[in-house]
Amino acid sequence: MSDIVLRDVEKYFGDNYIIRKLNLEIRAREFVVLLGPSGCGKTTTLRAIAGLEDIDSGDILIDGKAVQNLKAADRDIAFVFQLFALYPHLTAYENIAFPLRAMNESKAVVDQRVREVAKTLRIDQLLQKRPSALSGGDMQRVAIGRALVRRPKALLMDEPIGALDAKLREEMRTELKHIHLQNEATTVYVTHDQVEAMAMADKIAIMNEGVLQQVGSPSEVYHYPCNLFVAQFIGSPIMNVMSGAVRPADGSTTLVLGEDDATLPFPSELYHRVVEHRHAEDELSIGVRPEGVLVARQPTAGHIPVEAHIIEPLGPFDIVDLKIGRLLVRARTPSGFVEKAGDVVWARLDEKQTHFFSTRSGASMDIRL
Amino acid sequence: MAHLALSNITKKFGRHTALAGLDLEIADAEFFVLLGPTGAGKTTTLRLIAGLEKPDQGSIRIGGEDVASWSAAQRDVALVFQYYSLYPHYTVRENLEFPLKAKHRRLSAQEIGERVGRVAKTLRIDHLLERKTDRLSGGEMQRVSIGRAIVRQPRVFLMDEPLSNLDAKLREVLRAELKDLQMKLGGTFLYVTHDQVEAMSMGDRVAVLDHGRIVQVGTPYEIYNRPKNTFVATFVGSPVMNLLPARLTDGRMVIVPERLEIALEPAVLDRLKGRSGEVTVGVRSEDVEVRPGLPLEAQVYGVENHGVEKIVTLKACDFLLRATVPARTELSVDRGSTFAFNQAKLKFFDPASGAIIS
Repeated sequence: MSDIVLRDVEKYFGDNYIIRKLNLEIRAREFVVLLGPSGCGKTTTLRAIAGLEDIDSGDILIDGKAVQNLKAADRDIAFVFQLFALYPHLTAYENIAFPLRAMNESKAVVDQRVREVAKTLRIDQLLQKRPSALSGGDMQRVAIGRALVRRPKALLMDEPIGALDAKLREEMRTELKHIHLQNEATTVYVTHDQVEAMAMADKIAIMNEGVLQQVGSPSEVYHYPCNLFVAQFIGSPIMNVMSGAVRPADGSTTLVLGEDDATLPFPSELYHRVVEHRHAEDELSIGVRPEGVLVARQPTAGHIPVEAHIIEPLGPFDIVDLKIGRLLVRARTPSGFVEKAGDVVWARLDEKQTHFFSTRSGASMDIRL
Repeated sequence: MAHLALSNITKKFGRHTALAGLDLEIADAEFFVLLGPTGAGKTTTLRLIAGLEKPDQGSIRIGGEDVASWSAAQRDVALVFQYYSLYPHYTVRENLEFPLKAKHRRLSAQEIGERVGRVAKTLRIDHLLERKTDRLSGGEMQRVSIGRAIVRQPRVFLMDEPLSNLDAKLREVLRAELKDLQMKLGGTFLYVTHDQVEAMSMGDRVAVLDHGRIVQVGTPYEIYNRPKNTFVATFVGSPVMNLLPARLTDGRMVIVPERLEIALEPAVLDRLKGRSGEVTVGVRSEDVEVRPGLPLEAQVYGVENHGVEKIVTLKACDFLLRATVPARTELSVDRGSTFAFNQAKLKFFDPASGAIIS
């Protein structure tokens, strides 16, 4: 298994950058997810690693060796596409065996390796079936088997389960991760689905408009997003973001939400830290995830009265829209906690879960209370 | 706005039965969701109500009147589709005016202008009115499509997966906006989707449809907490509800003898009313507790960190089982752990029919 390093990789089309100064290290055995909206450059990056796409400048290193001038076939990397590209007239066994037979491996070796891979993928019962007799999930398992059987240096996957229905995707996500833990192939996985990225990745690389925004573990990108883009791309429901300001108060900081839509007492250090950052005091964007909006049914110290609007019951919990002045802020509550739209409840922001961003640049101010 | 009733509707296409004896009642000003997989008959139901298809049997009433002989136009319903059907070379304003300019409406230019302005403001597209629709984003186009449906103040709104083609973030935003719009308009909405999150979050009531039949109608809370069968139980909720085959015997639930069995609490036994033998046990991931010192043993098969919480896949004997645990829970793959069920929330289904027991 190999490590992959991208150093100052750039790709442009005319005056437009597809990938801009991309630096990324993928360690051996790591499962790295390239995540971003369509057009962010994630698939181009993956194809560049595979050798399916040329780059304009920079280096792509596999095990320390620059490969950007090698043909795809010489990079010893396997690629799995969204659409299962299986040979329809061959059985699952023959499909998986295909790359080994192309390498003129002996019959015994082929048989042993195919059965080994099939067992990991739990398709050993299906080896004699043709693709048309398989379910979507099983077809994708066969496609992955074909990629893994020749023990490539790395496995690249482009939205491999995007075409499956929600339930099967949930199942395949667990399976793919489990397969990875067993065979330990260095894996680069592309998706636009943040749930998938969070669920599977050791490390997530989030891209937007050709620029790498942040690299980190699921927990890091969720709890410490480096800018507003990452903050709102990761997590569902979306992080609440509102404009705000801080004002010094007696022994505390007054946090102003929106245009005086609400004021909340925050620890006094907040004001000092905002000032230290030399940011204008009134150019804050305040971010808080729905679980960071604390809701009480009775008047509670430090909370402000607000009106509940739409309640979305999602099963184990509800998402409640709260009207805070002209702002709508979404809170996550236990199922049935707020009875109906129009009810008055008491809310505050959990200071430990409140994020502060510069409105102008979108960058996090790295203030955590 | 109007009450909507379908009774005993059957619709066949050749030898294929799309709907079989469908009964449905939607109250005035209700947000009603038809939920089901592809091919369940959702879109056919909408098309029958809109008058684009005729039922082979049964009746459709809008506002108490049988509409069998009414044309699509006479029914005065608005349809919003998954694919925006806008006139590409027209501006947003022209697209919104279009349904109001039909001769039979006899609206003055001033009235048309007022209505378009009001709708544009509600949908927050007032700054786009003079823009051509081929220069709009997907979310903006879908807002205009909805605008064109509501501007003529129809009696019923029919929506066929209007958010399916949009990305996840935008879907989330528009979901809340549509619900807000419906509350403001006080309109009767019949909304079709295959996405259980949309159904749960928007519907006042949800009907779950499978193979042309309604399996269950209820509030999102009822559908989630009291599913009638394993189809509803596993179609609604994410992660999917865990289903395990078990034997009920002598007050115990035995999944694998000795290795995976528990004594049932008296309240659960009461609920089962002496039932014994084979059952399918259903338990949602949030009702599986994982921590040291619990009675059942498992290996950790997978851990997904979703930020607000973790979803753990446990392997107990040969069964995979999902549990939702707090984000701070530390678990590593292939290590042993122990778990327990929240017995009050266990569901028992008949293993042959899938129907709920008790």
